[in-house]
Amino acid sequence: MTEDIKTRMIKVYIMGREYEVPEGLTIMKAMEYAGYRFIRGAGCRAGFCGACGTIFRKKDEYKFRTALACQTPAEDGMYLTELPFVPANKAEYELEELTSEPSIIVSLYPEIARCVSCNTCTKACPQDLQVMDYIQASLRGDINQAAELSFDCLQCGLCAARCPADIVHYHVGQLARRVYGKYVLPRSQHLKERNDEIKAGAFDQEMEKLTAMGLEQLKKLYTERDIEK
Amino acid sequence: MKIPYYPGCTLKTTAKPFEDTTKAVSEVLGIELLEMPRWNCCGTVYSLASDDLMHQLAPIRNLIRVQDMGYDRVTTLCSMCYNTLEQANQLVKGDPEKLEKMNSFMDQEKDYTGGVTVVHYLTLLKEMGFDSLPVKNPLKGLTVVPYYGCLLLRPEEISIDNPERPTIMAELLAALGATVVDHPYKLECCGSYHTVDYKEVVCEKTYHILSSARKRGAEAVVLSCPLCEFNLDFRQKDLEQELAPMPILYFSQLLAVSLGLFDALGFDQHYVDPEPLLKEKGLLR
Repeated sequence: MTEDIKTRMIKVYIMGREYEVPEGLTIMKAMEYAGYRFIRGAGCRAGFCGACGTIFRKKDEYKFRTALACQTPAEDGMYLTELPFVPANKAEYELEELTSEPSIIVSLYPEIARCVSCNTCTKACPQDLQVMDYIQASLRGDINQAAELSFDCLQCGLCAARCPADIVHYHVGQLARRVYGKYVLPRSQHLKERNDEIKAGAFDQEMEKLTAMGLEQLKKLYTERDIEK
Repeated sequence: MKIPYYPGCTLKTTAKPFEDTTKAVSEVLGIELLEMPRWNCCGTVYSLASDDLMHQLAPIRNLIRVQDMGYDRVTTLCSMCYNTLEQANQLVKGDPEKLEKMNSFMDQEKDYTGGVTVVHYLTLLKEMGFDSLPVKNPLKGLTVVPYYGCLLLRPEEISIDNPERPTIMAELLAALGATVVDHPYKLECCGSYHTVDYKEVVCEKTYHILSSARKRGAEAVVLSCPLCEFNLDFRQKDLEQELAPMPILYFSQLLAVSLGLFDALGFDQHYVDPEPLLKEKGLLR
């Protein structure tokens, strides 16, 4: 019986050395099973933080692949390693001093003009973003499109690690989103009104009442609150 | 007529009046410009290195996008984009090995079949017939010279007209009612990107081209290239020699004026404002 439920083991090669690990683990867990301990290059382990960008090759395949180590299952015959960090050029700027002029991104990241549309960044992106398209949009000053296309970026840096033109896409996208958020998107009127109300003290009395309450009283108030339909 | 339209970077920024007036004109002429939903830089300057395929990816990828739209022609306004796209197109059409290599590199795209033709907007207008243009406001009394520069005409394989003796813009302007004078420097290079590092080279060119145009009686210079426009227009402020300000116009701006479309002329984006001249001639409303 024990034979039947025994986990199938697969062979992986970590930095060139062969290890046997149970099937079904992510690349990150397979490496940990093999004895590696991640101090850097690991974070949320849920595909959100972008800390665990990794490179690998599959068995009998020429493709050089990229992925998030915490999101990708290890397969038999995989060649694995970890990328703890991608050194990247980051422009220094004060957002308050920028504008939404079309030339703003290329003025801070002039190297984006070196893009030859090879699309290697797009192929590297574990989020399946159209990375090259947002670099091209940044280059032609279309900040809106650059912000929207890069919105789901996790800043893992795999694009920058693969780019033959030495572009740091994820910082470019972040700049586009910052400029877009600050100078292009309309200010929300209701937020301003509520902020003004708060500043004018409209909720001070209510707040004082709440902070003076005991725990039981607060619980009671919470459970008996009117729920908006 | 429906045709995919490849804008190019400058048409969205510094050459906005070129695009705006062309869009307005196209609506009147029944040319439906289908702006490409995805496009990248044309490659800006065709790479002459025969083994440098990396720099041909950008133009060919754009042609794949046209193919994806289900069309076999694409039009563009900027002379530089026209030149780069069509030269790269000719390169891969004539060299199946290079095309195969590039297709294999761009393995996330459908293969380019070589079936797309790049058509400059002036050629589209010529196909429709300049005489059929519904001119409402003829450019009477306005004397202009067409300026072709290099990119529409060279090399010969991609030339939109006779590369040595082009007449396409002159024919258009004559059909719009303007007085067209010939000009020995109509094919001269404007100095191109020297404008970045060697401003003086461009200033010298600009002075020769414009002073000669002035001597021939021209009141404005008409062209199709955002870089030529910048060099001939904005470099006038850096000239060492005396030169009366010469308005530089995109052909589409004069076309718009002649069709009575005055809303999107964008004259405020020029260094030498063409408005006083056109007003003096009674051409603006």
